[in-house]
Amino acid sequence: MILALGMLGVLLVGGIDISIGSTVAFAGMATALFMRDGLYTATPIGILVAVVIGALWGLLIGVIIAKGKVLPIIATLGFMNIIRGATYIIADSRWVAAYEIPENFKAFATGSYLGFGVLNNLIVVMILCYVFFFVVMKWTKIGRKIYAVGSNPEAAAVSGIKIANINMLVYTVMGAVSGLAGALWVSLYASAQGNMAEGIEMDVIAACVIGGVSLNGGKGSVVGVFLGGIIMSIIGKALPLIHVDQFWQKAVKGLIILIAIIINIVSQRMVTKNNLKRREL
Amino acid sequence: MATKSGRTIIAEKKFSWKSALLKWETILILILILVNVMNASISPHYLSSYGLFTAIRSFLVRGAFIVFPMAFLLLLGEIDISVGATTALSAVIMAVAYGNGDTMPMGVAILLCLVIGTLCGLLNGVLLTRFTELAPMIVTLGTQILFRGIAEGILGDEAAGDFPDWFGQVYRGTIPGTDIPYMLIGFIILAVFFCILLHKTNFGRKVYAIGSNRVAAQYAGVPVQKIRCIIYTLAGTFSALTGILMAAKMGSVRSDIAEGYEMEAITMVVLGGISTAGGKGNLPGAIISIFVIGLLRYGLGLINIPAEQITIIVGILLIVVVLAPNLELGKKINALKEKRAA
Repeated sequence: MILALGMLGVLLVGGIDISIGSTVAFAGMATALFMRDGLYTATPIGILVAVVIGALWGLLIGVIIAKGKVLPIIATLGFMNIIRGATYIIADSRWVAAYEIPENFKAFATGSYLGFGVLNNLIVVMILCYVFFFVVMKWTKIGRKIYAVGSNPEAAAVSGIKIANINMLVYTVMGAVSGLAGALWVSLYASAQGNMAEGIEMDVIAACVIGGVSLNGGKGSVVGVFLGGIIMSIIGKALPLIHVDQFWQKAVKGLIILIAIIINIVSQRMVTKNNLKRREL
Repeated sequence: MATKSGRTIIAEKKFSWKSALLKWETILILILILVNVMNASISPHYLSSYGLFTAIRSFLVRGAFIVFPMAFLLLLGEIDISVGATTALSAVIMAVAYGNGDTMPMGVAILLCLVIGTLCGLLNGVLLTRFTELAPMIVTLGTQILFRGIAEGILGDEAAGDFPDWFGQVYRGTIPGTDIPYMLIGFIILAVFFCILLHKTNFGRKVYAIGSNRVAAQYAGVPVQKIRCIIYTLAGTFSALTGILMAAKMGSVRSDIAEGYEMEAITMVVLGGISTAGGKGNLPGAIISIFVIGLLRYGLGLINIPAEQITIIVGILLIVVVLAPNLELGKKINALKEKRAA
């Protein structure tokens, strides 16, 4: 769900990032390896390292997309392969098992000390992220610039916004968010594997789209993404509860995504139709 | 501008060595030769006809056939990421329908497989042409999850198969007396067919027209939606074909086959010089790049480079290729090209 926030920024400028699954794995794996080798054991440092590593990958992708003028889907497709491969290499194709990860780091995902004993730590982190993004997107210059670049890049460039910088920024943020997710992932599952978070980019994009973010850029809000993310999680958790056979769950999920986007389009059409009617009167 | 858009208008075509050398396809052929030299120096058995055709066979099943419709899609400025899932679904249905030969003869099952694949493609096409506001990426993402989910739902975590003996020959069969696989012959026939279709016919012209400017093409009377729908359907059919070949290779089918083949096919097409923005590039480039990537993988496999490092190399290759024209050197080449074309 945190990943959806980073993706929101990327989709808002009209880009797409399908390398995040790999970035999550790489950052999570890297921080797990450092902890295994005893470089540090403190949880905050572990998370910070993952965020920085993720941000560096994001920056690299951003530079290639913004300065090299490569199409986002192609660049991130390439990096999806590169980063995933790099993950296996740094880990020497092995897992970091539960006993190699320090206790306090594992306890972070199950504990609730950040939420004063009421809320789980992960939920607190998520809420903080959402609040932060909400404020940035809604009330700061940077947020407005991101929307501006997304809805009309030429107009944005004419009005003095450096498009390349904004592009680099959103991919870097995407990377940082992926890094954070990687650290939390390792903490939650208490192990780091080379193939973790594979294919998660599709879930994240789906959550964004259900939340009303347009792939063409410029449209979408933090609240929408929040709802989209919640819907996706609920679908994931509810299907086993109502006894949908586990092998059919994926099919149901795909169907729901398709229906959701079609309803979205149909309702949009109706709205524009109504608007036109009103204009004629 | 003729060379840049990838198609040359006959009247303008003047052959010159310099522009021919600067063409992307020429560079690709050089890379291909380089890869072959590397492979040959690694393994003494590589250059035998048996070794070479084994290599070709092993990568032809890996999404090489999907490259044709995918090239058309990217030329249109579209994308289809559901092809891998379509491959899995149609192959699973074929295996289940055959059901050890009890339910129906193999020929009918193969036909059913192609029909299912075509229907999957048609669903994509219909959705995208009925709701033109939708981005292809999103619709095919949804159908990807849906198709893969249905395949999993049908087969669970089991494998189905037990095909008749002759079915394996689809993959293994060679022309008697030589090592040339039937599959390669089929591939070449299809390649020639699609090259002619794209570069010499009215239909191919229309594809380029839609890709470079969809609105203008619409106003010029090109049936944009019809062509989009046809190409998506074609993508489904060829995914099913890939499913048949994979089933023939492995002798059984699981619901997780062909995972990530959409990316593989897109990589090959892009490496072949076709732009994802549409309207630029040509098919021969894509076909050469199938061989470049296929043989590169095979060769790296020969010297025991682990699969994940091969992935990195392919990824870097992709980035470099798309980055190159935008860097200084590439700009100079492009400027030169434009001068020649003018």
